[in-house]
Amino acid sequence: MSTNKNLLEAKDVNVAFGGLRALSKVDIAVGHHEVVGLIGPNGAGKTTMFNTICGIVKPDSGTFAFDGNPSPWPATDQLSSIGIARTLQGVGLFPELTVTENVMLGAHKFARTGLLSASFGVNSRDERQLRDRAHFALERVYAASLADVRAGSLSYPDSKRVAIARALVSHPKLLLLDEPAGGLGAQDIEWLNRLISDLSGEMSILIVEHHMDVVMSVCDRIYVLNFGEVISSGTPDHVRNDPAVITAYLGADAK
Amino acid sequence: MFQLINTLLIGITSGAIYALMALSIVLVWRSTRVINFAQAGQALTSTFIGFQTLKYVDSFWIALVVAMIGGALISALIEITLMRVLLKHSTSGAIAGVAPIIATLGLLEVIQASITLIWGGADSLITPPLSNTGFTIGTNTLVFSPMKLAIIAIVAVLLILLTLIVQKTSIGLSLRAAAFSPELARLAGVRVDAVRTLGWALSGATGAVAGLLLVANGNGSFSTASIEFSLLLISGFIAAVIGGLESLLGAVIGGLALGIITAFVLMYISDSLFFIAPFVILLLVLFIRPQGFLGKKGGRRA
Repeated sequence: MSTNKNLLEAKDVNVAFGGLRALSKVDIAVGHHEVVGLIGPNGAGKTTMFNTICGIVKPDSGTFAFDGNPSPWPATDQLSSIGIARTLQGVGLFPELTVTENVMLGAHKFARTGLLSASFGVNSRDERQLRDRAHFALERVYAASLADVRAGSLSYPDSKRVAIARALVSHPKLLLLDEPAGGLGAQDIEWLNRLISDLSGEMSILIVEHHMDVVMSVCDRIYVLNFGEVISSGTPDHVRNDPAVITAYLGADAK
Repeated sequence: MFQLINTLLIGITSGAIYALMALSIVLVWRSTRVINFAQAGQALTSTFIGFQTLKYVDSFWIALVVAMIGGALISALIEITLMRVLLKHSTSGAIAGVAPIIATLGLLEVIQASITLIWGGADSLITPPLSNTGFTIGTNTLVFSPMKLAIIAIVAVLLILLTLIVQKTSIGLSLRAAAFSPELARLAGVRVDAVRTLGWALSGATGAVAGLLLVANGNGSFSTASIEFSLLLISGFIAAVIGGLESLLGAVIGGLALGIITAFVLMYISDSLFFIAPFVILLLVLFIRPQGFLGKKGGRRA
């Protein structure tokens, strides 16, 4: 694939924690409107890869390019303005804030006022606009009725919906989902599958997931990590039948 | 009865000033999780800025605004040049939690020495803008004066203003999110560094008001060596702790409670308890309700 076809290109990424190699020579690309899975056994480096893209982990080497523009690895608080949004494993909401406030936080890049004028409440139109955006994002995940609930009192599946709404409200080009199906029941997983297919019409999605049903049904392509290296990549069918993947997941004996 | 009302009003006024310092402390705590001991020095510096302004203009109120701006700038500068770097470097280990706080102690000394260099150590005078002669009821003259009334009004306005900023604006939302979890806030796109600087600036402006009103509430004289400013910091800290350290309203309630209780102790028990009363109150609060009266159990979860 040539550079201009991909939305995200992370190349030759190396990360070491002390003496431990967490990622070595990892190449990951996500095309426009593509749903890409990142799977692998526990400790394979999936979350480290996410953290690297999100500026939480600084890689020892490797290049980053987004939307055809090579650049230094972005700082965490720059992500939403360049068009990347991420949900976290677990919940990752602010329990003290209401659902609407949680989602509004994700929409800050649309606020036009500077810090100072905003702090004196000069632009209340901005304020209302952020609120409206939050409302639309919540409708998208069927959580509009929860708008005024404190996030800390939400049920687990509901808080996952709200977390996705907060990521969507920034209109990302790339959505990073970190184990979105974790802890969800069959019904919610079905809903999640539909949402991901829906969203792929508007954005690219990179997804870390243990739930194989989800990965296999929604992903266009899959990368398999093991001990920090990409051991296989390709379509779900290709990956599913790759002997290297079967060995990684089931152990050498399974050969 | 007369004495009771008099004592209550004195307590409310000094409590209002403690409340301002407590607000200032809470704003810094909420934005960076640091207790800033240099705030006594910052408030003193701002008061001197007000004093300097009064040499050119004849209005206490203009001087107050200039002092607020000066206080905000100084506070923002400290956050950008000192705190940001310290918080970045000390991320783990035993020193991490303590280093920024100890640094503020050092900073307090630096600020006090600088003030002496610039303005000298002699007493300076700011004439209170309103009369400090009490209102009269019938034949009785209260200790409560127009100046004291203005102080209470200013504190009420500042509390409302700060509460609106923190609770109702999107920048306040960012402040609350960054206070709870900077990492999470960054991921959501909050510019945590800028938000912290703003929190410190608001704190500096509030501290400036506390300093000038403290002087105006007394006879107007103050100096680098004024013990009142160290006491102001301690009282503000106690008030903030009573209020739970997180809550703006709690800080004000804490300040008023401290002011009123202290006033009654001085009036009805003994003058000589002036230095002891606040600390006894602090100890009692920490024993009975360590999370403060408006704080939540368990404190910070992230």
